[in-house]
Amino acid sequence: MTRPTLAHDVRIVDTTLRDGSHAMAHQFTEQQVRDTVRALDRAGVEVIEVTHGDGLGGSSFNYGFSHTDETTLIAAAREEAKQAKIAVLLVPGIGTVEDLKKARDAGADMVRVATHCTEADVSPQHFAAARDLGMETAGFLMMAHRTPPEDLAKQARIMVDAGCQAPYVTDSAGALLMRDARARFEALVAEVGDEAWVGYHGHQNMSFGVANSVIAYEVGVRYVDGSLCALGAGAGNSPTEVLAAVFDRLDIDTGLDVPGLLAAAEEVVRPYLGRWPKMDRNAIVQGWAGVYSSFLLHAETAAERYKVPAHEILRRCGERGLVGGQEDMIIDVAIEMATKKAEGH
Amino acid sequence: MSSTRVTAAIVGPGNIGTDLLAKLQHSSALEVAYVVGVVESDGLARARKQGITASAEGVDWLLRQDPLPEIVFEATSAKAHIANAPRYEQAGIQAVDLTPAHLGPMVCPPVNLRAHLDSPNVSMITCGGQATIPMVHAVSRVTPVPYAEIVASVSSRSAGPGTRANIDEFTQTTGQAVAQVGGAARGKAIIILNPVEPPMIMRDTVFCMIGPDADTDAITASVHEMVAEVQQYVPGYTLRAEPQFDEPRDVWSGSVSPAPPASTPHGRVAIFLEVKGNGDYLPPYAGNLDIMTASAARVGELMAKAKQEDPA
Repeated sequence: MTRPTLAHDVRIVDTTLRDGSHAMAHQFTEQQVRDTVRALDRAGVEVIEVTHGDGLGGSSFNYGFSHTDETTLIAAAREEAKQAKIAVLLVPGIGTVEDLKKARDAGADMVRVATHCTEADVSPQHFAAARDLGMETAGFLMMAHRTPPEDLAKQARIMVDAGCQAPYVTDSAGALLMRDARARFEALVAEVGDEAWVGYHGHQNMSFGVANSVIAYEVGVRYVDGSLCALGAGAGNSPTEVLAAVFDRLDIDTGLDVPGLLAAAEEVVRPYLGRWPKMDRNAIVQGWAGVYSSFLLHAETAAERYKVPAHEILRRCGERGLVGGQEDMIIDVAIEMATKKAEGH
Repeated sequence: MSSTRVTAAIVGPGNIGTDLLAKLQHSSALEVAYVVGVVESDGLARARKQGITASAEGVDWLLRQDPLPEIVFEATSAKAHIANAPRYEQAGIQAVDLTPAHLGPMVCPPVNLRAHLDSPNVSMITCGGQATIPMVHAVSRVTPVPYAEIVASVSSRSAGPGTRANIDEFTQTTGQAVAQVGGAARGKAIIILNPVEPPMIMRDTVFCMIGPDADTDAITASVHEMVAEVQQYVPGYTLRAEPQFDEPRDVWSGSVSPAPPASTPHGRVAIFLEVKGNGDYLPPYAGNLDIMTASAARVGELMAKAKQEDPA
């Protein structure tokens, strides 16, 4: 599968309506999605991701039920977008090919298949289905800090061989320091850079999202993710409006309208924010201890329920080496801490 | 009642087949007389070392043996089982299917085996299904469960290439069985692979939606009773904590799909399980594989006992 031709120096992919779903506890309404897509589309964003935060089929006890069925949201996004492609996220083990077909029917143009950074071999089934459905593809190697650059590159190779057009260094924990991020970008570009585009998905838990995006571009990464107002898990994603402004200052063409994105963030997204993702203690601990950013709200809920501190729950999650999708273990950790506390340890 | 052990065969001498053989060696009701593969392998060599007749000539060879097995355990692949199943049935051999073929009724020993003891072919569902369906049933036999959801976390090392190539098969089959066999109106399944070292022991979480007035004491008692039943064949099957009951939350109602089908606020019980394998052949962390072989052994054992009591 050949990679798509780039219209600009770098392709900014907006995930306000997917990663942002975590920060919204998956309560996006159809109106919010329509308004956001319209603003992003007008500002020149080429790809807009719309899905439950944990991908297709993510609506559940474990991750939180969606306020509005994601199929409805995808269809609404498709209607509003004049030029942008609508992407969906699919995490094998949570979502299925059946879910992908429904998303395609609702108008999704592209799928991003996400696996833990060492488990890419669960994705070929879904890349094959995406190809059959005529969809554009990208691949997320999540929690990319958990495996060395050369191993990450091998996992990217598995995805590309399966039909992935853009494997990503996905820093789900916002844990990659600049040198660690650079090493992974370089490894992926060296391994698959002739046939696929390499992408970067950042979180702001330790404030590196935008800085790493610049490094990414410098070493050949061509897909960069952002979210308006940083709306995303943990301390949020690299803010799309900041990426646009920074790349503009660097004379790197994104095709984005900076004032348009600033307006979208300020006037469309900010009014509906229940919480503005920020680097508070819990989110910083996620970057520091290497914890999947989506655990944040779940840890806060468990902290309240079991009367133990959320930041300590998150640290334990890091120590246990939990990966994306194991949100149930947050409750397990909280119970364990509460039991020890009751026993006076 | 006859004391002669029922003759059995294992087809597929890989890791699963070898672990199953180790478990069945202690059986008083059945005797594994044959182990069958399609190429010479370590598994066949291991079987021969234990004095079992083993052949690399496949099911053709097996069906020429005298006596024929009365029960065959199939630990090959879905494709192989689909080809072999009609031949077993024609020969009057009961098949216990550990592959994802799912030709016969889906069976979870402490839940519905009794109803299928004389079925010509039974499916062992999936590892996550064997671990979680007893808990869904433990809740649904006490109170209606409009929706049940299971999350299985397994060590990356214990997920083989077959599982990886078709992970949808796991989520779909398990979700379906959580409803059909577990007794929930709707079911959903999630599987997570975790590569952490040292390898994590299999963990399963079962979430059941329950009515706001459900009898929580009765549910807890039912869960404990069921854990004890599973422990009879999987000693390492334990609760990590008491069942956790949560008050209804608004976000658990609503009418969206695939969210809960309940229009009034529902509460939730969460059950946290650890499944540690017996370490017969497979390592203890691979509780997901162990519970498959232990459940299949249990099914075979009870089928064999039924045959001893009521010889055809």
